[in-house]
Amino acid sequence: MSPSDLVLGRVSEGVREPHPGRTTIDREPDYLHDEHTLRSWLGSTDHKRIGILYLLSITFFFIIGACAAGLIRLSLVVPNGQIFSNDTYNKLFTIHGVVMVWFFLIPSIPATFGNFIMPIMIGAKDVAFPRLNRTSWYIFMTGAFFTLFTVVVGGVDTGWTFYAPFSTTFSNTWVVPALIGVIVVGFSSILTGLNFIVTIHTMRAPGMTWFRMPIFVWTMYATSLIFLLATPVITIALILLVMERAFHIGVFDPALGGDPVLFEHLFWFYSHPAVYIMVLPGMGVISEIVPAFAQKKLFGYRFVAYASIGLASLTFFVWGHHMFVNGESETSAVVFSVLSFAVAVPSAVKVYNWTATIYKGSLKLDTPMLYAMGYIGLFVVGGLTGLFLATLAVDEHVHDTYFVVAHFHYIMVGGTALAFLGGLHYWWPKFTGRMYPEALGRLSAFFIFIGFNTTFFPQFLLGYLGMPRRYHNYPPEFQLLNILSSAGSVVLALGYLFPMFYLTWSLRYGKRAPANPWNAKGLEWTTSSPPPKHNFETPPTVDFEPYDYIAREDRV
Amino acid sequence: MNGQSPGPSDYPLLLWPQAASADAVQSDHLIWSFTLLTLVLTVPIFLSIAWFAFHFRAGKEAHRQYSDKRSRLLEVSWMLIPFLLTLGFFYWGAKLFDRHKHAPANALRIEAIGRQWMWKFQHPGGQAEINDLHVPTGQPILINMISQDVIHALYLPALRIQMETLPGRYTQLWFKADKPGVYRLYCSEYCGTDHSKMDGLLTIMTPTDYSNWLRRSGNSTSLASQGKMLFSSYGCAGCHDQGSVVRAPSLAGLFGSPVPLEAGGTLIAGDGYIRDKILYPDHNLIAGYKQVMPSFKGVVQEGDLVLLTAYIKSLPAPGAAGSTPGPEKTQ
Ligand code: HEM
Ligand SMILES: [Cu+2]
Repeated sequence: MSPSDLVLGRVSEGVREPHPGRTTIDREPDYLHDEHTLRSWLGSTDHKRIGILYLLSITFFFIIGACAAGLIRLSLVVPNGQIFSNDTYNKLFTIHGVVMVWFFLIPSIPATFGNFIMPIMIGAKDVAFPRLNRTSWYIFMTGAFFTLFTVVVGGVDTGWTFYAPFSTTFSNTWVVPALIGVIVVGFSSILTGLNFIVTIHTMRAPGMTWFRMPIFVWTMYATSLIFLLATPVITIALILLVMERAFHIGVFDPALGGDPVLFEHLFWFYSHPAVYIMVLPGMGVISEIVPAFAQKKLFGYRFVAYASIGLASLTFFVWGHHMFVNGESETSAVVFSVLSFAVAVPSAVKVYNWTATIYKGSLKLDTPMLYAMGYIGLFVVGGLTGLFLATLAVDEHVHDTYFVVAHFHYIMVGGTALAFLGGLHYWWPKFTGRMYPEALGRLSAFFIFIGFNTTFFPQFLLGYLGMPRRYHNYPPEFQLLNILSSAGSVVLALGYLFPMFYLTWSLRYGKRAPANPWNAKGLEWTTSSPPPKHNFETPPTVDFEPYDYIAREDRV
Repeated sequence: MNGQSPGPSDYPLLLWPQAASADAVQSDHLIWSFTLLTLVLTVPIFLSIAWFAFHFRAGKEAHRQYSDKRSRLLEVSWMLIPFLLTLGFFYWGAKLFDRHKHAPANALRIEAIGRQWMWKFQHPGGQAEINDLHVPTGQPILINMISQDVIHALYLPALRIQMETLPGRYTQLWFKADKPGVYRLYCSEYCGTDHSKMDGLLTIMTPTDYSNWLRRSGNSTSLASQGKMLFSSYGCAGCHDQGSVVRAPSLAGLFGSPVPLEAGGTLIAGDGYIRDKILYPDHNLIAGYKQVMPSFKGVVQEGDLVLLTAYIKSLPAPGAAGSTPGPEKTQ
C-alpha cells in the first residue's frame, strides 16, 4: 500500500477488474491508450499523464517567452530604440524573464521528466500523492495564466526581479496580478517537492537502495529539497510586496519606513538556490545520457550523488553575491565571495566525471549525446563566468551589465534548455512509443549550439565593454556586437523550431520504439514503450547496480 | 545624450574598454589573468571530449580496456588544484575591492542624487550639473550618493566601478582618475521607463582645466553656505545656534565624531546619521537631551538634506585651532 492510499483513503488498485471485450489484448493498454477523452487526461492522477500535461504547458510558455525574446533582440538591432517605446521594451523583457524563469525553467525538468520518469526509475507505480500531483498542475496553470492575463491587459515593467520600491510604489503597471500569479505557482513547486521527497523515501522498489538510485533521482531529490525550503521565502517576500503595494505598509519603501535592501536579501535568498532548481535537474539528465551513449558506467557515481546534495545545501549560503555593490558591508561581501567559490567545486567535479565517463567508452553520437556534449560546453562557460562574478573587483565592473546576461543564459539556457532537449530526445521513445528522426535531431542540436553561442558570446564582450543590462537605448559603439547577437538568435530560433515540428510529426509517422532503443540501463528501459498504466507488468525488484554497463573487452 | 562635446560615440566600434585610472588597469589585469586560468582549466577538457568522441566512437577499433580501480589521488587533485588556483583569484579580487572601499581622507567630495531619470552632481563649490560629471585627474574623488525615489546605480565603466544609490541611505564610491578624456556614465540598476536614458558623460580633466571649468560653471555659493542659508530658513538655527533658549546639542564639530545615545552606546555622526536626525529625530535619542526636535520629513527634500549636511560638516569643533565656522573652501 502506498502512502497515498493511507492519506487519501483509497482502496489499493493492485487487483484490477477484467475488461470485458478486451480479451484479445494480452496486456493492459499503455498509459497513452488507456482512455482517449480530454476528461480522462485532465482528470488523470497518472504521473505519466501529468508529466505530459506539464510538457505541453511549459512548451506553450516557452514559446511565449521566446517570442518576447525575439522582439527584444529585434529592438536591439538599432541603438536608439526606435522599434518599440521604452515602456513596451521594459514590458517585453519583464514578461520574457517572468515567463522563462517562473513558468519554464523552474518547472521544466522536475515537473516533466521528474513526474514521468522518476517514479519509473525507482520502480514505483506512481508518486506518493497522485491527486496532490494533479492539483499541483492545476495550481501551476492557474498562477501562470493569472500572470499572463496581465500581459493581455497591459503588462508589467518591473523586471522578473520585482525590486522594491520601484515595484511597490513607482511602477504604474499590473504588478499585483503578476505577483499573485508567481506566488500561486510557488505553491505548485512546494507541493511537487514534497511529493517527490515522500515518493523517493517510501516508494522505491525492493532492492532499490539509495546508492542504487540513478543520478537523475538524486538530483530530483536535491531539487525537491530546494523547492521545499526556499520557495516559502519568496512566497513571503512577494506577499509582502503585494501588501505594500496595496496597503502601503512600510516593509521595503523607505518613504514608508521600509528597507529596499531587505527585499534584495529575501529575493536572492530564494533566487540563488532557484538557479540550482534549474541546474541540478539538467545535471541529472546529462548523467543519464552520457553513460547510455558511452555504454559505460558513470564515473564516480557516489561523488556525483554527493555533489548534488552538496550543491543543494551550499547554494543557500551564497545569495549575498548578488549584492556586492549595494552597500553590503565589506566583510559580508568577502564571505559571500569565498563561499561562492566553494560552490564551484562540486560543479566542476561533475564535468570531470562526465568526461572520464566517455573515456574508453563506446560512443554513439546520437542526438541526446550531441545535446549532452553541447550542454557540457555551455555549462562550463556559464559556471566559470559565475566565478568571475563572484570575484569582488570583477563584479564591481560587470555587475548588471550584459556580462551577467550572458552568464546566466549560458547556465540556464545552455544548462537547462539543452539538457531538457537532450532528455526529451532520450526519453521520447519512452513517452510516445515512437522514435524521432535521427538526422533532423542531430541537425537541431547543431543549430542550437551554433545559434546559442553566436547569440550569447558577444554579450560577454558587451558587458565587459560596459553595456548595462535592461537597456533599450544604447551607445552606437555597441551596435555591431548587438547585431551579431540578434543574428545568432535567428539561428537559435530555427534550432528550437525543428524539434517542435519533427517531434510532432513523429507522433504519427515515427518508427515504433522498442522498450530499450538505446541499450540503456535503468528500470525505465525494462518496461514497454510507452509504459503500461501502472508502469510495470510485474513489480520490479532491483538486484543490480546503477549504470551497470558491462566493462568492454578490447576493441569492439 | 549630450551631443556637443566630442565623446566616446566618436568611435563607431568599441573593442576594448578605455581605462581611465590605475585601478581600472588593475581590474583589467585581474580579468585577463583569470580568463587565462579558465582557458588552462577548460581547453584540455574540451579537447579531450572531442578526442574521445572521435577515438572511442562505437564500431571503431580502440583500446577500451579499463580497470574498475580508481585513482583517488587523481580525483582529489582534479578537485583541489583548480579550487586552490581559483582561490588565488578570490584573494586578488578581494584585495582590489578592499582598496575600492577605503577612500583617502583628502578625497574631493562630490554629491550625487539619482532620481527617475537623471543624475544630479554637485561640486563642493556649489557647481551643479545634470547627467554629466566633470572631475580632475590626480586627485581622489569621493562620490557620496543617494536616490530620491527607486534604486539606481552609478556606473563608470572607464573606471571599472559602480555602486547602487539607495533611497534613504547614502552610499559611496571613490576613484582616482589619471587619463583625461570623455567617457560614459550610466545608471546600471533598472529604474523604470527611461532607465536606459539615465546616462551621461564623465569628463576627466587636468586640475587646471577642472578649476577653469569650475569657474566657468559659475555658482559661487558653496554647498556649505547654501546649507547655511537653509539652516536659518528651516529654523534649525533657532535651537542649535549658541545662545538659543532651547537646550539643543551644538552642531559644531559634530560631523565624524561619536554621539552618546540615550539608550547607551555611541554612534558616529556621518551623513546618514545627520539625514536621519533631520527626518526622524526621535530615532537614536541623544543622551542628556529631551526630544523636542520636530521631524522635517516631507519638508526638507533630498537635495536640501545634502546641503544641510554640507553645512554641518563645515562647522569645526569649538576650539579647533585657527578655524572659524563658515563655508568650507572649494579646493
Ligand atoms: C550553476 C548555475 C547558475 C545559475 C543558473 C546562475 C544564474 C544566475 C543568474 C540568473 C544571475 C543573474 C541575476 C540577476 O538578474 O542579476 C546570476 C548572477 C550571478 N551569478 Fe550565477 N548562476 C549559476 C551559477 C553560478 C556560480 C557557480 C556562481 C559562482 C561561483 C555564480 C555567481 C553569480 C554571481 C556572483 C552573480 C551576480 C552577478 C551580478 O549580479 O553582478 N553563479 N547567476
Ligand atoms: Cu536609474
